[in-house]
Amino acid sequence: MNTLLSNLKPGERAIIKSIADNSMKTKLIEMGCFPGEELYITKIAPLGCPFAIYVSGYELSLRLNEAKNIVVERLN
Amino acid sequence: MNSPKTDLKVVLLGNPNAGKSTLFNALTGLNQKTGNYSGVTVDKLQGGFKYKNISVNLIDLPGTYSLFAKSTDEEVAVKDLLSQKEKPDVVVVVLDSTNLQRNLLLATQALDLGMRTVVVLNMIDEAIYQNINIDIDKLKDLLGANVVAVDSRAKEGTGKIKEAIVSADVSRTKFFDITVTTDYAQKVNSQFEKSHTAELNKWEEDDKIYRHKNIKYIYGLCVKSPEQLKLKERSTKIDKLVTHPVFGYIVFMALIFIIFQFIFYVAEYPMGWIEDGFIALSSFIKSNLPAGILNDLISDGVVSGISGVVMFVPQITFLFLFIALLEDSGYMARASFIMDKIMRKFGLNGRSVIPLISATACAVPSILSTRSISNFKERLITIFVLPLVSCSARLPVYTLLISMMFPSTIVLGFLNLKGIVLFGLYILGFAFTLITAFVMQKLLKTKEASFFMMEMPVYRVPLLKNVALGVINKIKVFVFDAGKVILSISIILWFLSNYGPGTALEDIDKKYANAEYPHVGEADPNYHADFIASKKLEASYIGVLGKAIEPAIRPLGYDWKIGIAILTSFAAREVFVGTMSAIYGANGNEKGIQEKLMSEKDENGNLKYTMAVCFSLVVFYVFAMQCISTIAVVKRETKSWKWPTIQFVYLTMLAYVSAWIVFNVLS
Repeated sequence: MNTLLSNLKPGERAIIKSIADNSMKTKLIEMGCFPGEELYITKIAPLGCPFAIYVSGYELSLRLNEAKNIVVERLN
Repeated sequence: MNSPKTDLKVVLLGNPNAGKSTLFNALTGLNQKTGNYSGVTVDKLQGGFKYKNISVNLIDLPGTYSLFAKSTDEEVAVKDLLSQKEKPDVVVVVLDSTNLQRNLLLATQALDLGMRTVVVLNMIDEAIYQNINIDIDKLKDLLGANVVAVDSRAKEGTGKIKEAIVSADVSRTKFFDITVTTDYAQKVNSQFEKSHTAELNKWEEDDKIYRHKNIKYIYGLCVKSPEQLKLKERSTKIDKLVTHPVFGYIVFMALIFIIFQFIFYVAEYPMGWIEDGFIALSSFIKSNLPAGILNDLISDGVVSGISGVVMFVPQITFLFLFIALLEDSGYMARASFIMDKIMRKFGLNGRSVIPLISATACAVPSILSTRSISNFKERLITIFVLPLVSCSARLPVYTLLISMMFPSTIVLGFLNLKGIVLFGLYILGFAFTLITAFVMQKLLKTKEASFFMMEMPVYRVPLLKNVALGVINKIKVFVFDAGKVILSISIILWFLSNYGPGTALEDIDKKYANAEYPHVGEADPNYHADFIASKKLEASYIGVLGKAIEPAIRPLGYDWKIGIAILTSFAAREVFVGTMSAIYGANGNEKGIQEKLMSEKDENGNLKYTMAVCFSLVVFYVFAMQCISTIAVVKRETKSWKWPTIQFVYLTMLAYVSAWIVFNVLS
């Protein structure tokens, strides 16, 4: 089932389906978030933002508005 | 074979956190200098070494994730790499071996530029430790370029890198050839043209996706690592604590407290030594050079100007030492992770916290430390509001004025009234810091897209050499860049307070040469000299200026004497106390000046320094941007006079209006 990255909880795994078409897209791809890539949420900051995800072999931190651009499919 | 060349321009290209500076330091040692890229505030780090009779000029480009620039730093890096005028001879792409997948994106882009390239696998020891096995020979084949591995301290392997640099070749492999007809470098360069089209955007996207797929294939063939999709355990454990909803903030506060102690208290000792040293130097020059204008200029103007610059060095050293340790260890990314949401409510950034705290020591180093904020708007707001945080130079002014308002020590339980008022002034400044930031966030519109996206680097023990060289470079930039402005203004202020129109000053000497001065019978042996000095200051250009601005500051309850002190405060706010002492002929004695001011009467015989005047003055000092060093640094960091001008006008108005309200309410 597809959902937004921002809806995942710490520890949840997912695979990237698509990325919203806006100015952030190329930057997200550059940072290793591109369709087909697997990721999991490592932690969410105490106040619910930013998110930290493990993707493309490293840990990346994203603000909520950035995480909302990524459509993912939940694994497990 | 490459022909023997005497001079080779080599650039270091790599992702942030790939360990570029470690490699740069290992290759060049102390043979490096910090310059400036024209028009931007990115420091240009250059160094050199000699290898086999070839002298190599090495440039450490700012870190970048790809050849498509998303920030000023990245733009500088890409432009320098593709520069037509001074095209680099060799590109060294530095990769983090523990994070090869993402790092290879930049590497394949660089290889497609068709320049002579060396690929360096940095921190190979950490990769081995994490059981990531990289088949270097296979990688060499697949990339079509020379690949050299080096450990995280870059001790071994620098010889191999030097050899690889002088014998570097162009890669035979092309990683992206959708547009075979166009030159890749030319296409990449078109991002800097005015017409950044949607077509180019699409091309950039295709480029990256295509490369990622290619890299997956290469990575699969060259890298064997048993643990897929897993973070380093040590990092996870530390993060459990430092990003914890409760303990995370406790750790953060504790670290801030330690930094605070150092820049506020420990730095006072070396600052005191520097001050004493310069006073000694000044009197040495005074008594050993032939008397005259030149002697005065050097011993008073120049020496005090230089001491005003050097005085900042201990605080800057401590601040940047801590920042370097926090950055290099990986903690800074966590601090900004837990602070970001709170700070963003005020238009600031998680990384604004350290500058805000360090501004309590001095705005100058804290403005320099905003460089780590990659979002331009948030960085600008941070710089704009920093002068509102009460710095240590205001402390002597606060102390004097508070003592005048509350001469006797009133203790409420275990609280001291003076201490409470002082604390209140800090709170007042900080409240307006946040209010101003909040308003600016609403007013400022920026065209450039802003990203927060940042890497959370794994924890590493900082390398002493990197930290030390980084701090030394920061100090050099401050002393030589901001120092120039501070020194020139000090000399101008010295001139204005030691010279007057026509023969005004000589006339005073003549007038009071033969004893008959008022208040005969004063016990103080220095009384005569102090009295003449104060009369001279009144007659000097700065005295004339003070009188000229008197109508403007009269509504705040100030006269021309305070006007002079406000003007000289531009050199540094604490100069206020010294100037007041000079005007009232109570040189160098704080207790003395306090008594003199408190017994000062106005023309009607009433006390002049009333509660209203003192309070108005102290509020003026909380808000006013009377600091030429800050103005100079803001200009340097924002690239134009626009922001320091707006900032100066805003803060002066804020100070004026608040002081006016306070004076009128209290009197």
